[in-house]
Amino acid sequence: MSYALELRDVRKNFGKTEIIRGVNLAVNAGERVAVIGPNGAGKSTLFNLISGRFGPTSGDILLAGQAIQNKTPYEINRMGLSRSFQITNIFPKLSVFENLRCAVLWSLGYKYSFWKSLSNLKDANERTDELLDMIHLDKKRDVLAVNLTYAEQRALEIGVTIAGGADVILLDEPTAGMSKSETSRFIQLIKDVTVGKTLLTVEHDMGVVFGLADKIAVVVYGEVIAFDTPESVRANAKVQEAYLGSPVADNQVGGH
Amino acid sequence: MEFFIISMLNGLSYGLLLFMLSSGLTLIFSMMGVLNFAHASFYMVGAYFGYTLSQWVGFWPALVIAPLLVGACGALFERLTLRKVHPFGHVPELLVTFGLSYVVLELVQLVWGRTAVEFLPPEILRSSAFTLINHSVNGLSVVWGAAPAEMCSAADAAIRVVCSPFPATRGFMMLVALLMLVSLWLLLTRTRIGLVIQAALTHPEMVESLGHNVPRVFMLVFGAGTGLAGLAGVIGGSTFVTEPAMAATVGSVIFVVVVVGGMGSLSGAFLASVLIGVIQTFAVAIDYSFLTLAKDMGWALSAATQENSFAKLTLSQVAPILPYLFLVLILIFRPKGLLGTREG
Amino acid sequence: MAAIYKFKPYNVGRWVIWSLFALVLLAAPLVFTSNLSVTMLAQMGIAIIACLSYNILLGQGGMLSFGHAVYTGLGSYMAIHALNAVSGGTLNIPVSLLPIVGGVAGMGFAILLGWVTTRKSGTPFAMITLGVAELVFAMSLMFSEFFGGEAGVSGNRVAGEAFFGITYGPQIQVYYLIAIYTFVCVALMYAFTQTPLGRILNAVRDNPERVEFIGYNTQRVRYMAFIIAGFFAGIAGGLGSLNFEIVTAEVVGAGRSGAYLLFTFLGGATFFFGPIIGAVLMIIAFVLLSELTKAWLLYLGLVFLFMVMYAPGGIASLIMMNLRVAKFGKLRQIWTSYLGLGLTAIVMLAGAGAMIEMVYHLQLNSALGDTVKFMGATLNAKSLDSWFGSAFVMLTGLGLFELARRQFARDWGVIQTDIEKEIKRRETAL
Repeated sequence: MSYALELRDVRKNFGKTEIIRGVNLAVNAGERVAVIGPNGAGKSTLFNLISGRFGPTSGDILLAGQAIQNKTPYEINRMGLSRSFQITNIFPKLSVFENLRCAVLWSLGYKYSFWKSLSNLKDANERTDELLDMIHLDKKRDVLAVNLTYAEQRALEIGVTIAGGADVILLDEPTAGMSKSETSRFIQLIKDVTVGKTLLTVEHDMGVVFGLADKIAVVVYGEVIAFDTPESVRANAKVQEAYLGSPVADNQVGGH
Repeated sequence: MEFFIISMLNGLSYGLLLFMLSSGLTLIFSMMGVLNFAHASFYMVGAYFGYTLSQWVGFWPALVIAPLLVGACGALFERLTLRKVHPFGHVPELLVTFGLSYVVLELVQLVWGRTAVEFLPPEILRSSAFTLINHSVNGLSVVWGAAPAEMCSAADAAIRVVCSPFPATRGFMMLVALLMLVSLWLLLTRTRIGLVIQAALTHPEMVESLGHNVPRVFMLVFGAGTGLAGLAGVIGGSTFVTEPAMAATVGSVIFVVVVVGGMGSLSGAFLASVLIGVIQTFAVAIDYSFLTLAKDMGWALSAATQENSFAKLTLSQVAPILPYLFLVLILIFRPKGLLGTREG
Repeated sequence: MAAIYKFKPYNVGRWVIWSLFALVLLAAPLVFTSNLSVTMLAQMGIAIIACLSYNILLGQGGMLSFGHAVYTGLGSYMAIHALNAVSGGTLNIPVSLLPIVGGVAGMGFAILLGWVTTRKSGTPFAMITLGVAELVFAMSLMFSEFFGGEAGVSGNRVAGEAFFGITYGPQIQVYYLIAIYTFVCVALMYAFTQTPLGRILNAVRDNPERVEFIGYNTQRVRYMAFIIAGFFAGIAGGLGSLNFEIVTAEVVGAGRSGAYLLFTFLGGATFFFGPIIGAVLMIIAFVLLSELTKAWLLYLGLVFLFMVMYAPGGIASLIMMNLRVAKFGKLRQIWTSYLGLGLTAIVMLAGAGAMIEMVYHLQLNSALGDTVKFMGATLNAKSLDSWFGSAFVMLTGLGLFELARRQFARDWGVIQTDIEKEIKRRETAL
């Protein structure tokens, strides 16, 4: 049985600078993994490598056993991996409904068709309505994405990410910039929409991490120094030295 | 042999003129992300300013004043118009410069008329810089200045003498272009303002938060870029022809240069300018077509092939489209451009 | 939560608009009956198809092309060669279907050239379209069999079998052919905006990177849009061949491409009907305005500059903004400001226009004497009085306009805030 997502000795250099220095990771299907680490450790770079924004200098990335390193983002997406962005990356001049509908079109097989009318695509429209309800934006169906509040845009961002029905979801700091109450609601949203999916999420908020994740991967200086259940990671000496063990983190854990 | 040398020099001088223009364009593009569609219009304005000024104060003062005036106009345009459109994105910026090119063309025609004006180079530049004399007996020799008539013809019918002059204006063009290139490089790498510009090339917000007046730097760079175009205009206008159509003829070529060289790369623009300049100059002078080639090689062609309009085309007829063919080829085989780094 | 009962109300509004459009197309030559009018109407139809096809690239796809005339022009050339073949008896297609030949030609060239062109996006894309346009134009001077050299290629649209007695000799018959094509093409292009490809094209315009992450190859999307735009451009070109019966190299020239860009943008690239307005303005400008004043290109350039700076959405966006204000019942509050704005603008422009006309007169028409007629008054281009008078009028107008503009900006701001509040109120009331 292959892993849902596997990284084998992945390295990435930008010029002479080594950013990712040999990452090994194996995620089982249905697991929820939080990727944590200090700033500059290479977490976003890892996500970019996995989702195809750029290719690794060496190493293999496998999605359900198939190699995806150096494939284009759309090829990887069609194989069942979808990601969100830390800086909201939606379609500003389209309405919320249109944003979501665009995201479902490929997975339903409509591809580049220009002989069908959008309003007649029953399955696409129904799925989009479903998604609207899931992310609680049904009241803002026809509002242009650029006119939403920040939290609503983040919710739309997640909606666009899961719309295609990908099995592996990568969320890059989904709760960035949110208040405490918004974050709690958002965690629940993430849990609801990723039922049965494999989830990797980069997070800084320890409360989110310990509340959401089955496993935690700790990335420091381009390497994964620990990949285990939350309790084991908490107790891991290397991790404590590198990342946890500060009063701020303890407070955050207590807060959620 | 002398044909090769003279053509090479002519091609280099044309290429350097193209570089004077495309360097300003590249600088503005790298700095502000704006591709100045009206860059060739500033070139034209420089030529016309140079023409009028040289009639009032002489060529040499005009050579200095005209580019400054053009640069001032450019800076004014940036301040009044471009800055306003900047927050809308790159497409509106391009459109605004596109509109400007229309307006400038009309204004130039309004003030100076629709026909060419006689913008003559100064006395000292009107003859040749040097002349290559190919004497069938004595071989190749160089004479500074124009060769007197006796040297160019031989009394003896068996001796063939060919005199190839190299115009002084062309030589002057190369000189100015090289000087400009060197000073630009020195400015960017050795002065403080150059450092600020280099930084603002990639991180304008950071530079602004460090206390530098980035909008003012933008205005300066735009003014400098257009001033360079104006300088090229004074030289180009006096060497070639000064007419309303000059903006259009050179305009599209410099955009090709910028894309072929790689958008945002000064060295790429240099390489592409020289390449295109040399290739086009050679092509225009060569009257070979596929048919003449076949004749020389002794190939027998069918009557249909001999009538084919493709085969009859001489290289000199094809010369105008060579830059654009080059563009298409580069895009197929090396879309980043010759030395490009930015994806544009 | 699928709805069990699907209630799709009959979209009356849509049927009304399209019927009105068809009615206007049918009745226009009956209202504007002069020869000049019918000629202009015919050209407007062609321009509408051309500008709408251009907007598939610009407004819907965010692709700024400086070389759209290549595809309309090459469509024209193919169509006129086909017409000559029909006249010569070697081709048996009804003349009515020749524009489709143009469309196929436009599509074919778009397939060929578009592959290279759409490899890049944004500014490099614009530069490539410019280069390709120059390439084609330069080639038109080289290959005279296809392009007809200096004289171009001419044809006779009265060719082949008459279709129910319609020979296409008279202009009015050509107009109705154009009107039918216009209606069909506009409908098809509108339908395109409501298809998956059309919507993804909009997404590519808004955020090309994100589109890759939802499973689409951005370059492929652009390429297909380019081909579709090329098809409709070719149809416009084919209709042009039939209308003018002659095709010269300027149909692929930079001037024509520039005109498409200018007027599509002027009409409004962000709304579907914007280019229609732009196309109508284009024909009016080229046919009427150029007769009225020699300075028309200058005016055009200046208007374009102001549009880009102050109303980048074009005339269509101005209309829609005011419709929105009207929908909330606030138009009454602003019409006095509009009046002030309009009157002072007229005064200012009159003064400026007088001066520009005098300059043009001095430059171009001085052989005809010193006086030039402007808005009913006779100005003496050489007299200081006229100059001082115009300058005074312009400066006064400028000052008053600035005052009116500030008042307008205040009023507009108040109205917009009121509208925002109203929207919020309606949202929360749901």
